[in-house]
Amino acid sequence: MRAAADESTAPVLTLSGIGKRFQGVVALHDVGFTVRPGEVMALLGENGAGKSTLVKILTGIHQPDEGCIQLAGREVCFASAQDAMRTGITAVHQETVMFEELSVAENIWIGRQPLCGTPRRIDWRRMEDESRALFARLEVDLPVRAKVKDLSVAQRHFVEIARALSQQAQVVIMDEPTAALSHHEIGELYRIIGQLRRAGTAVIFISHKFDEIYAVADRYTVLRDGRFIASGELADITEQQLVALMVGREVGQVFSRVASQTTTPAAPVLEVSHLSHPSEFDDVSFAVRPGEILGFYGLVGAGRSEVMHALFGLSPEARGTVSIDGREVRLTSPAQAIAHGLAYVPEDRQRQGALLSLPIFQNITLPVLPGIGFFLRRHRRHEIGIARHLCEQLELKASHFHQHVAQLSGGNQQKVVLAKWLATQPRVLILDEPTKGIDIGSKAAVHRFIGELVAQGLAVILVSSELPEVMGMSDRIVVMHQGRVQQVFTREQASAEALAAAASGGLHADAATATSAGDATWH
Amino acid sequence: MALNFLISRRAPAAAAREAGEPLWQRREPLLALLTVVLILLVGLRAPVFLSAQSMDNLLTDSAITIMLALTQMLVILTRGIDLSVASNLALSGMMSALLAMHFPELPVAAFILMAVVIGLLLGLLNGWLIGYLELPPIVVTLGSMSVYRGMVFVLSGGAWVSSRNMPADFVAFPLARLGGLTHLVWLGALAVVAIWFLARHTRFGRDLYAIGNDPAAAAYVGIASPARLLWTYGLSGAMAGLAGYLWVARYAVAYTEIAYGFELTVIAACVIGGVSIAGGVGQVSGAVLGALFLSVINNALPIMRISPFWQSALTGMVILCAVVLNARGKQGGRKQILPLHGQKSATSGSTA
Amino acid sequence: MSSMIEPASAPRSRYRIEEKARFHPRDLLRHWEALLAALLVLVCAVNGLLLPHFFDPYNLADSTFNFSEKAMIALPMALLIICREIDISVSAIIALASVAMGLANQAGVPPLGLLLVAIGTGTACGLLNGTLVTRLGLPSIVVTIGSMSLFRGLASVVLGDQAFTQYPEVLGDWGQGYFFDVLPRPFVVWLLAAALFALLLHATRWGRQLYAIGNNPVAARFSGVAVDRYRLALFVLTGAMAGLAAFFLTGRIGSTRPNIAMGWELEIITVVILGGVSIAGGTGTIGGVMLSVLVMGMLTYGLALANIPGIIMTIVVGALLLATIAIPRLLRGKRAAGR
Repeated sequence: MRAAADESTAPVLTLSGIGKRFQGVVALHDVGFTVRPGEVMALLGENGAGKSTLVKILTGIHQPDEGCIQLAGREVCFASAQDAMRTGITAVHQETVMFEELSVAENIWIGRQPLCGTPRRIDWRRMEDESRALFARLEVDLPVRAKVKDLSVAQRHFVEIARALSQQAQVVIMDEPTAALSHHEIGELYRIIGQLRRAGTAVIFISHKFDEIYAVADRYTVLRDGRFIASGELADITEQQLVALMVGREVGQVFSRVASQTTTPAAPVLEVSHLSHPSEFDDVSFAVRPGEILGFYGLVGAGRSEVMHALFGLSPEARGTVSIDGREVRLTSPAQAIAHGLAYVPEDRQRQGALLSLPIFQNITLPVLPGIGFFLRRHRRHEIGIARHLCEQLELKASHFHQHVAQLSGGNQQKVVLAKWLATQPRVLILDEPTKGIDIGSKAAVHRFIGELVAQGLAVILVSSELPEVMGMSDRIVVMHQGRVQQVFTREQASAEALAAAASGGLHADAATATSAGDATWH
Repeated sequence: MALNFLISRRAPAAAAREAGEPLWQRREPLLALLTVVLILLVGLRAPVFLSAQSMDNLLTDSAITIMLALTQMLVILTRGIDLSVASNLALSGMMSALLAMHFPELPVAAFILMAVVIGLLLGLLNGWLIGYLELPPIVVTLGSMSVYRGMVFVLSGGAWVSSRNMPADFVAFPLARLGGLTHLVWLGALAVVAIWFLARHTRFGRDLYAIGNDPAAAAYVGIASPARLLWTYGLSGAMAGLAGYLWVARYAVAYTEIAYGFELTVIAACVIGGVSIAGGVGQVSGAVLGALFLSVINNALPIMRISPFWQSALTGMVILCAVVLNARGKQGGRKQILPLHGQKSATSGSTA
Repeated sequence: MSSMIEPASAPRSRYRIEEKARFHPRDLLRHWEALLAALLVLVCAVNGLLLPHFFDPYNLADSTFNFSEKAMIALPMALLIICREIDISVSAIIALASVAMGLANQAGVPPLGLLLVAIGTGTACGLLNGTLVTRLGLPSIVVTIGSMSLFRGLASVVLGDQAFTQYPEVLGDWGQGYFFDVLPRPFVVWLLAAALFALLLHATRWGRQLYAIGNNPVAARFSGVAVDRYRLALFVLTGAMAGLAAFFLTGRIGSTRPNIAMGWELEIITVVILGGVSIAGGTGTIGGVMLSVLVMGMLTYGLALANIPGIIMTIVVGALLLATIAIPRLLRGKRAAGR
């Protein structure tokens, strides 16, 4: 898979001295590297390292304050995203840029449909034929008239790639493309990347999964704190060295946690039996003990978050039994779930967790307002006290409690959301992708904090798509696939291969002797 | 070597979609059927309704509604709304009438042109505020609606322009016949063809669907949303201008309150026709059928000897039913994660 | 309960967070309400200078009759818009409530009963709106366009081309009467209602949750706020207030005609938006709405004194609305471009 890009080939993309500032904060400083045609360059860096800013500059959304971009030897300047696309740089995003109600062919050609006849009108026939030709090139079978809303995530990625091809892109940027893809589909993606390579297209591949990087990329570029750190051949560097470059120091075991020390297993605080939903998941059963971390692993879209939503009272169509401390409860609304000691920290902290235009203290006390009183003015001191306590615990950085959450940094916004849920004094804390979007240095801090919570008797359900995280933190791991519990692993049984295989719907040879799906609870 | 991904995902559903949704589930044929059924029912009660003259009346009466519903559909497609169309109509119509009153020797075409141009300018103002300043459409058109309506009074001084102030050909044009049908009907048909072509076969039209589907994505792929919105509202205004002339000429009167509240009828027609208020969804056929349906109800009432006071209530009920149906059809937010048709994934299935 | 909130070894955070930002008098000016207050002063001053009888207390008191009923409905409408909803059917609810009153009156129901009939009809209408929006998840703008037609249509059907007249005098006493011969009754009722709404919105848990819903309905729902229940309650409240307004309006006019309160919904929405309630939801205060009501009221009053026809007011209001949303955007655009 490793095509040998000739050292003497002129680079197709050269960045030099790129700098970008946002309101005084330096996002990028003196960044420069080259990419050769037909090569796959892995762009590495923690969250906050400047990768996304760089991508936005390359795709024309932002303009650099300093430096220049050269495409095929010519200096280019993009005034807009469309500019960049026309010049030859396109991006395939993790959250695809699609128009749901329009067809696949229209999505590929929107804004530049081929025209014919007088009066000038869209040449539908040619549009569809050319779309089919693009898919034929990719060796992918997709009906070009299908509406995008009916496509799977993998199929949407392929549409975006087809769109890139249709624009004769010289550089294709792929931003975390594999999050929702199965084993199978990832293989397909690699094949397509190989085709792009053979056609001379350069690919900038952004991922934090090292196995993928090593499988598909030739060279690497590392960014840290907005600066260029290093570039080179992947063959010449190890994963540990790459991590060290990204983080700037030797990082030991990032995700490690001593398994819970409970000698006599306590009774489960939460038991779920045969939780089902008409379209999202079926027959999900599990239990959690105090002081335990139950991991939920699976591909994006496997249905894990949906199970948690149902547990939290957000899914009126869900059926099944939920028991807290052995007593059956009906959780038909989040307020009830909160009252029973459940807390759910959603995946998208900004959209689902934070109320950006409200003050910090109001965000934090929102779920516990009924307990504070009816006339809130009178209890202002108490409210601030609750907020203050939690903010100190989480080391929140803010200037005052009346500050709008929107003014805080991303990391601090996440802390506010976490504080909000801790304020409810839960007994079961459900964390949905808690370290998504957090850089490696802070990930460890979050894990440490979760460990502390658990040591004090909290039960934690950890929904995560990051294999190292879920393996390092969990006592037991439930793997879901297409809405069903595929398999349950104990800490000892869990291996990366077994988990990945289960998440893709298969059973690994090793796991043949592991506990089956029916054993997620224990007696 | 082509790998068929459809097997592992929503194959049957997607394949069906390749051919298009089943006909009987789509809004437009259903609406057409309902309209025909309604006409027949009325015809049963009062056979005169089915006469050629009655049908001709029906089409003539619905022409203006249809024309405005077409451009309103374009606006709603972009997640917008144009509440100012009725006031625009009134102002353009009044100015056209005043022109005719003071310069009766000008050809009719001049009056029509003036109305259209004024309507266009009024619409462009909306479009600029909404497209370039990115102000919320409902608030902008609420404001411009008030301003335009007030301007009618200012221009006319509160006085009416009646038929004796209007030259003969000014008044005659809308109802004059060409090949058996009135000019109104011809203009309506022309509008239908033009807007259908625009929405379906031009980049402009497809861009509107994209903007309504996802404004951020539209900006990303390079669609010039501000310019598109500018001209969409401009078009809505121009059509309102044309409708203004047709209205005052046909009824041979112009005063401050003409077409008061008409914007809600137009929006209702779109809603009934399946144009989603959330944007991105809607067909020309739907808008036309929605307008026709409303017209049938209105025209049928006197024939059925039902008091005209029922008109508003019936319209309201139809709108509510249409909105409920619109929502049912969408099944919003429901994710299909479990494999369809009881398919299990390829290699799982151990139950040991 | 778990002692997790007070762990024995809780580290002191290295960051100190103050309770409030330091107070600058300058910050007051940033508020929309300050602008409105200034505008009110301006309107009164200009009117007072140009019109000799503007500040005559009897005239001023009389002027409040014109806007008090609309102002009553502006209060719940503000709450609705804060929650990202809207109700275009309020004028139709007034019409239907008034018709119901007329029917009840003809049947001999006493005046207190008429009040209850009006509020009851309004509540029922609001319940229909609210149920369609919350239970079926329909967008409020089209639902209320439909229900507006329906309610006014029903009113039309009952009325025909008649009118209900012959309401008891007591209604007139309330609709255009005074407390202690000086304070107009509808205005006082409105002030009391505004005080209640202000208390609810700004000092209670309910108000906090409303702002949360308007700010981010998804996050609010996830945080345990019963979003649908609040929305339903707001639609019902709006209907009830419309019914109350119908009582006063019918009393003031002394009759029920088919075109009663025609076009009021858009005036009320305009007043609310001018009052600083953003159509996007999540912001706005009762104080701002009150100031906006007074500004519009004083403008209308001034125009009436100057014998300028009411339709001019429509232009002024429309232009004001456009200016207030466009100017900040233009200024912001200039600042961003100059960066």
